[in-house]
Amino acid sequence: MTAAPKARTEGGADGGKVGALAVNEVTRRFGDYTAVDSVSFEIGPGELLALVGASGSGKTTTLRMAAGYEVPDAGTVTLGGNDITRVPPERRGFGMVFQHYALFPHMPVEDNVAFGLEARGVNKVDRLTKARAALANVGLEGAGSRAIQSLSGGEQQRVALARAMVIEPRALLLDEPLSNLDPTLRHTMRDDLRAMLRRVGVPALFVTHDQEDAFAIADRIALLQKGKLLQVGTPEELYHAPISREVAAFIGRGAIVPAVDKGKGATVTIGGVARELSVTRPKGAPEQFAEAYVLLRPDTLEMSRGAGVLAWRGRVINRRFAGNIIVYRIQLADGVTVEVETASGEAREDDNVSVSPLKGPFPLVPG
Amino acid sequence: MRSSLRAQSWIIAFPVIALLLWSVVYPNAAVIAGSFENGLGHWREFAASPADREALQTSIVISVASVFASLAIGIPLAFLLGRFEFPGRRLLRAVATLPAALPPLVGVIAFLFLYGESGVVTRAVQHTLGMAHAPWQLKGVGAIVFVHAYTMYVYVFLFVSAGLERFDATLDEAASGLGASTWQRLRRVTLPLLMPAVAGSALLVFMNALGSFSAPYVFGGGLRVLSTQILASKTNGAMGLAYVETTVLALSAVAGLALFRWLDRKRKYTLASKGGRSRRTIRSRRIQILTSVASAIIVIGLVLPHLMVVLVSFARDGVWTTQVLPPEYTLENYRRLFSESELWRPITNSVSMALIATAANLVVCFLAAYLIVFRRFRGRGLLELLVALPWAIPATAIALGLAATFNRNDLLTARILLVGTFWILPVAYFIRDIPLVASAVESSLRQMDASLEDAARGLGASWLLTMRRVILPAARPGLVAGGLLAAVTAVGEFVASVVLYTHSNRPISMEILAQLRALAFGTSAAYSVLLIFLVLLMTLAARSFEERVA
Repeated sequence: MTAAPKARTEGGADGGKVGALAVNEVTRRFGDYTAVDSVSFEIGPGELLALVGASGSGKTTTLRMAAGYEVPDAGTVTLGGNDITRVPPERRGFGMVFQHYALFPHMPVEDNVAFGLEARGVNKVDRLTKARAALANVGLEGAGSRAIQSLSGGEQQRVALARAMVIEPRALLLDEPLSNLDPTLRHTMRDDLRAMLRRVGVPALFVTHDQEDAFAIADRIALLQKGKLLQVGTPEELYHAPISREVAAFIGRGAIVPAVDKGKGATVTIGGVARELSVTRPKGAPEQFAEAYVLLRPDTLEMSRGAGVLAWRGRVINRRFAGNIIVYRIQLADGVTVEVETASGEAREDDNVSVSPLKGPFPLVPG
Repeated sequence: MRSSLRAQSWIIAFPVIALLLWSVVYPNAAVIAGSFENGLGHWREFAASPADREALQTSIVISVASVFASLAIGIPLAFLLGRFEFPGRRLLRAVATLPAALPPLVGVIAFLFLYGESGVVTRAVQHTLGMAHAPWQLKGVGAIVFVHAYTMYVYVFLFVSAGLERFDATLDEAASGLGASTWQRLRRVTLPLLMPAVAGSALLVFMNALGSFSAPYVFGGGLRVLSTQILASKTNGAMGLAYVETTVLALSAVAGLALFRWLDRKRKYTLASKGGRSRRTIRSRRIQILTSVASAIIVIGLVLPHLMVVLVSFARDGVWTTQVLPPEYTLENYRRLFSESELWRPITNSVSMALIATAANLVVCFLAAYLIVFRRFRGRGLLELLVALPWAIPATAIALGLAATFNRNDLLTARILLVGTFWILPVAYFIRDIPLVASAVESSLRQMDASLEDAARGLGASWLLTMRRVILPAARPGLVAGGLLAAVTAVGEFVASVVLYTHSNRPISMEILAQLRALAFGTSAAYSVLLIFLVLLMTLAARSFEERVA
């Protein structure tokens, strides 16, 4: 209570300069279960990193270690190079937005936003002035005296964001910030969120199970599965150059089919029909994989009715109209099922069709 | 269809509402009317009597002090057990609600045996310190508040524990992430959000303490409170004054209720139940030892009254005088209870009266709850009010109302003679337990999907079949829990009994008091043990019934 506001936060660079937030080989176990297994990444000032994974992948636990709510069993968390692993959340000075926002139901909007300043001993006039400014920043000017219960989901999310930003955080952490919004609101909030996070200029880490959100907002994505970090990279890298079958299977849609790696290209043989494909390799991969797979995405294949000579033959098992495109699910030989997107489609279910790869290049991953 | 359903609602509702108006509203209205029977004469008498002014003041002082004492014990205990892990936590959790299992008068007697002038603890301290007199006296406001705190903190503990369990742990995390210290979080987030639980339990303690009779009656010394004053006036034949005192007592209760509602008026939020947080293990070895020692002391303090009653029940009557512990032990007390018909009588009385009252509660409250939850009709609001009303009226007031109303047969004014008969006590128990059973059944029925009734009837089931196969099974958990609570309170009931009993229908509680007055401590303790045993038996019966059916 009596400590000077500045002295309360520990670690990090001095003089208000922001530093990078990093987790280094952090591990967290709950009993016999390893929730997070030696995960590392670094987020630079002003950078937006999305932690993506299915539920139970350890993404929230990782976020909570970065925030200080969990202490890793091994590994460190650093800010601007200083070890903050054991600094409790109340002295980290991070801004956090919780999945269900965690707004205090017994306080009006402006008291919620001003709470962090109140905790820092800022006087009432100053903190309310700042809180109102922060509310204006998220497009909620004049909403200060409203009750939390009267806000819509989108408004609650903005209040949570304003509350996290008003303390001039040294890092921003967001747990599924968009998952409680309806689809339309979600799309506009994506853009707003990205703009706001960039403006603050501190490392921002957000957790999401939705890769579309991650693609739309993040500078880089860290993909987690069963507590292990599979790949960190830009959305483009993860989409076009996944480093493993797991990443290829998780990011985007597509069929993963065995291929023979020829160094420059790769050969895919389905039902006795072999096709030579140009490929992209993961960053830093060897010249040639002993065992390899190619990722066939729906927009890299074409389909025609009847039997083409050099095409893979198959049968339409499902047709889905999606507005600008039509998506066909096609059963090929050798137990391979692919999806093909076309702009126009006259094929029906049970029709025999032939499928050919377009120009590529196709992502190649090791077996 | 709609109108026939509404007509049917009224056919069921009419007798229920009529019964409640007759048994709950009418007697209390009669008391209020009686207080004005000679204009403002009785009220002037009340205002002029220093004893009555003192009684009112003492009642309120005791109630408010009981609230604060219960909060002071209940809140820290709920936090300790809800938020921390330490050696001995499970044991403490297991005995923390034990005082509530003690029938009110038995708790008072246990305290008398322990801390009274010739109590075990008192004597032990006296002997150890070599004092000539008892180091304290178990008398007056302090003694009453002491007993109240012991038995009533359980409400606070249960309410606050439930609140803590439903407390959204991320709110606490959000506050700490924003830089709030432990103390700031407690003051600005946790406690404000627990206020509904704190206020609810405080109200419960206030109402109980205000209507409490046994502690003031036994420990009061010369102290006057409203509830004992009412009985004194009635015994002296000053019925007019008793009516005024009863009205004042009931008004105080209603005023307390209104005050709490007003204090709680601004709250618009409810606690979201997103799972509590895990308990924190106490790391510091020093604090761990301190906590365990403290919890061991609390456990002993909580169990001691029960143990004491059991011990004294084996003491030979009349030989325990100046020793710390009773010098001679015997099974004689129990043998006499079971073999002498005069001594056995109160037990059969209590059991049969409790069962009759509970059966009536189950029928009436089931119908009322069904109507309140599933039917829309004029008079539903009235029914809800009638069902909750006995809760706001202290038991002494209910009893005096019955005494004033059902004292003669008079068809014109809808009076029948119950006073002096066996039936007056079951009726009193029935009225006291209406809110308890009705709210238990209501909450069971509210969990049922309302469209189930429509679905059953859509499948061609008659109203009776729907009742039997759909509604009753849904209400069962509430009926069992509410019925158990009603039976348990009725079998040990004291406050209304002391106003209304006769020698032939005297319940166990009155016999305990009579034996105590005759200084037959062993016998009165044996009755107390038997009462605890009956409560245990009913609980087990209800549980095995639930297990067999569910």
